[in-house]
Amino acid sequence: MIRAPVEYSTITSVKGPLIVVEGTRGDVGWDEFAQIRLASGEVRHGVVLEVDHDLAVVQVMEGTAGLDPRASRIGFVGRPLAIPVTEAWLGRECNGRGDPIDGGPPILSNVAREVTGFAINPARRDTPSEPVITGVSVVDALTTVVRGQKLPIFSVGGLPHLELAVQIAAQARVGDAPFRVVFGAMGITHADVAAVRAGLQEREAAGELVLIINTAADPVVERLLTPRLALTIAEHLAFDLGFHVLVVLVDMTNYCEALREIAAARGDVPTRGGYPGYLYSDLASIYERCGRIRDRPGSITEIPVLTMPGGDITHPVPDMSGYITEGQLVLSADAWARGIYPPVDVLPSLSRLMRRGTGAGKTRADHPAIAAQLYASLAQAQRAREMAELLGVAALSPTDRRYLDLGDAFERQLMTQGMAESRTIEETLERAWGVASILPQRELTKVSRSQIEAFYQPGGRGGPEPGGGGAPETAPGLGQG
Amino acid sequence: MALKGWARAQAGPQATAPGAASGRIESPVTVEGTIVRVNGPMVEIEGLAGVSLADLVEVGPGRLPGEVTGIRGAIMTAQVYEYTGGLRVGDQATSDRQPLSVRLGPGLIGGVFDGLLRPLARAPDFLSPGAFAGTAAHGSEAEFRPSGRVGSLVSGGAVLGRVRESLAIDQAIQVPPGIAGELRHLALAGRYAPDAVIAQVADVDVRLSSLWPVRRPRPFAERLDLEAPLATGQRVLDLFFPLTRGSTAAVPGGFGTGKTILLEQIAKWCDADVIVYVGCGERGNEMSDALSELRELVDPRTGRPLLERTVIIANTSNMPVMARELSIYTGITVAEFYRDMGFDAVVIADSTSRWAEALRESASRTGALPVEEGYPAELPSQLAAFYERAGRLRTLGGGDATVSIIASVSPPGGDKTEPVTSHTRRFVRTYWSLDRDLAAARHYPSVSWRDSFARDASRLGVWHAANGDPNWLGRRGQAMAILAQADRLQSVAELIGAASLPDPERVVLLTARLLHEAVLQQSAVSNNDAYCAPAKQAALLDLVLAVHARCLDLVGQGVHASELEEVDLSGAARARDEVGRDDAAAVGTIRDSILGRLAGLAP
Repeated sequence: MIRAPVEYSTITSVKGPLIVVEGTRGDVGWDEFAQIRLASGEVRHGVVLEVDHDLAVVQVMEGTAGLDPRASRIGFVGRPLAIPVTEAWLGRECNGRGDPIDGGPPILSNVAREVTGFAINPARRDTPSEPVITGVSVVDALTTVVRGQKLPIFSVGGLPHLELAVQIAAQARVGDAPFRVVFGAMGITHADVAAVRAGLQEREAAGELVLIINTAADPVVERLLTPRLALTIAEHLAFDLGFHVLVVLVDMTNYCEALREIAAARGDVPTRGGYPGYLYSDLASIYERCGRIRDRPGSITEIPVLTMPGGDITHPVPDMSGYITEGQLVLSADAWARGIYPPVDVLPSLSRLMRRGTGAGKTRADHPAIAAQLYASLAQAQRAREMAELLGVAALSPTDRRYLDLGDAFERQLMTQGMAESRTIEETLERAWGVASILPQRELTKVSRSQIEAFYQPGGRGGPEPGGGGAPETAPGLGQG
Repeated sequence: MALKGWARAQAGPQATAPGAASGRIESPVTVEGTIVRVNGPMVEIEGLAGVSLADLVEVGPGRLPGEVTGIRGAIMTAQVYEYTGGLRVGDQATSDRQPLSVRLGPGLIGGVFDGLLRPLARAPDFLSPGAFAGTAAHGSEAEFRPSGRVGSLVSGGAVLGRVRESLAIDQAIQVPPGIAGELRHLALAGRYAPDAVIAQVADVDVRLSSLWPVRRPRPFAERLDLEAPLATGQRVLDLFFPLTRGSTAAVPGGFGTGKTILLEQIAKWCDADVIVYVGCGERGNEMSDALSELRELVDPRTGRPLLERTVIIANTSNMPVMARELSIYTGITVAEFYRDMGFDAVVIADSTSRWAEALRESASRTGALPVEEGYPAELPSQLAAFYERAGRLRTLGGGDATVSIIASVSPPGGDKTEPVTSHTRRFVRTYWSLDRDLAAARHYPSVSWRDSFARDASRLGVWHAANGDPNWLGRRGQAMAILAQADRLQSVAELIGAASLPDPERVVLLTARLLHEAVLQQSAVSNNDAYCAPAKQAALLDLVLAVHARCLDLVGQGVHASELEEVDLSGAARARDEVGRDDAAAVGTIRDSILGRLAGLAP
């Protein structure tokens, strides 16, 4: 496929990251990859955005500063951007163009894949149905991740989303099978990159990690390639080699801003928030590259992380993401301010595939019901809290006061946990029942009568009580069912 | 029938110009052209003499399918339905000068197709360009049972024979619209390939499957009045915001409000004959989940898997964008195809916002003037024309059949004033507005009783009265009034505390909560609750209204509302889940026991 590049010295104009090349008729295909050689000998890279009669419009990844159109030459490689795919990626680090940055040898393979990828045939997909145990109680109990799912973390600048994503990437397992982790960093700081390396060093040492890093200082255009490189490598690991792969992408908001920057330079019609109309389709081309395929053993699970500008969940980036992903884990600035980790805002959080991955033979038979019960009760607890703030606790009915207690107990006994603490699903569910048992039995209409008999912790305040310091103890009755 | 003349006018051009529907297809003339510009899926071609708007073109060495969307002098603009990477200026394009059409015939039921109705089951794991090469024209052979009489005069819609698609669907093979004359030849019973000629009418060969241009509504004899409800088995829809058979409904809702689950519930349980489910720009995992559920679940009416009455069109969000725009039309064309056999068909489209976005993207590439939020000015008229393809009709074959459309809308930011939602609201007869607060409280389906509407409710009240349920409209009115009053009282209670409200008003709040838990909420995963038969629906609502009446009686007799609030009513909330799908009698028993317990409070 790859031929000797045809070279042109006919770059006629430069506008933002775009250049126009003349005389390309018949030689250059749309979306083809290009190399630009500057007078200094520096090589830059580009992608063909449009071919029109004799002209080709090329987007230059590293930017066009210092590019003298008369003195530069451009060559087209005859195919879209592709990278070598191989198991040798495990344990390696590269930049957003796929060049190693860990001082190791170049990565070679006789198989190269186009980074744009192709849609998985929906009729060949297998429905995700095995739970991923992250060891994080609030996630496992209420927004269970399922292997092959895409479940983003919606956060706000300053919250510990990176820590949570790293904790999940470090602890996640399905049964006894570990994950291979492909971590794509887009436009994040060097300090954050260092934190990611530190949090995942065990994975890295075990050869289970691929890091693809585009920091805030790296070229904006490469930010658009970073997730695609990550997913192209992940697809090979999962669907050719049979690994279970977890892809973490941080921060998708930086990615979308890069997309907007390029779209503005191209003159695309802006829609909401100035983002181009194809934001949804573009995000889908990243998010939808997860799942399972029939008759292939591996899987890709995606955890994208994004920060909501101004904490606004209706901002186009979280909004379009939420329409594509299979749920979302929303972090709460309010809970974080009260010192709770992980500070999850439970009510807007959701895992759409949870139903398939929980219950008998998956986690535990009562899991879907107790999760539904906690969601309903926490909604009531929130109403009670709002009422108490307006009118005082005294104005609440005795039942509503119990709901207030339930809301507090949930945060202390179930949600709060250490950044390196990993809990079994049994422990998590026992804590969940401990919280629910604060309510009288007649309020528990989402669990069955037989489940109440088996798991209700009489005494009204069952479950581990926090000590003075709030350190959770082991739940009594652990291992029931 | 004022509509009759209009229907003729619609059917007219096709009836008088058989070439438009079938003649051209039989004798293609291929023309060639050269690509002069490529910008993503938009390709400009020079040449292609005689090609019209909406004609199919094939571009480049991979013969990628596309559709002509603009003609400017000798330059044709086409939108291509596959990835155009590598396509060059100078590459060849060809066209048979036929409108972009889909092949309608045996083999659709139970299948999964892309937006161009190409079978996905035979395509590879990854859909790279050319993945469908060779799959489009081939279907499996079907067993044809002729029933026409050679020598008789036939016209569009006449039945020539049948092919059994599934136990539920015995498909008619009909004379295509626009063809009329003497039936000169009819094939014997036997197995035939999809493109085999099974009859000759006048000079025209009729094949087992036929092509139809997706953007052109299939003709019919006349429009009929809408009368009967489409029962969905979902209480909040059937009791409060019902849909008439042959009508249109929209389901707007932000992400996470349960649009897809609600649509899937309707696809599973509504009492139509054929369901065409269009996943337009939605999630691949959900399509696969829906598919496996339809395979597993049994149709209560036939005892067979629900998949045996379903056609799935899956154009997931990462499949080519322009095919997404087409998939909506492909879906409605398939539904019209079954309508013409006399079936009640339902098109479920998730989501029309993705369709509108594809329209916007295409308009933006061709330089159309953006009006609202970047959408082209044609958005409202395109939406209106789409919904107008629904209806109850007299078919060309004389049958009484319907196409109903149920479509979701995904408003950005949950903002229901945005263009697609606000225009859709004007064109549909039923509107199921999903509420983010209800969804966050896990109140599913999160259909808002404040913002939803059903314009045919009183008409359906008449139908219910004539069909054994004279209380239907009254029950609905009473429950809606309680919900509205409770919403008002709730905002007062939030200021002064519920305890400060007069006792009768506290009863209203109590009843509203019971309405939410016992009637409005419905679990899609509970075996007993996922589908609720009409009799059980009525019994559950009667239960709550009876409790309401008894509680008002009791406060009238001096019982305090706080005593009523401490009564264990969980039996009512559990009834939907614990009682069988159509066991209205058991709901009655629960009602009597609760009423008995309440009676014990009387002074």
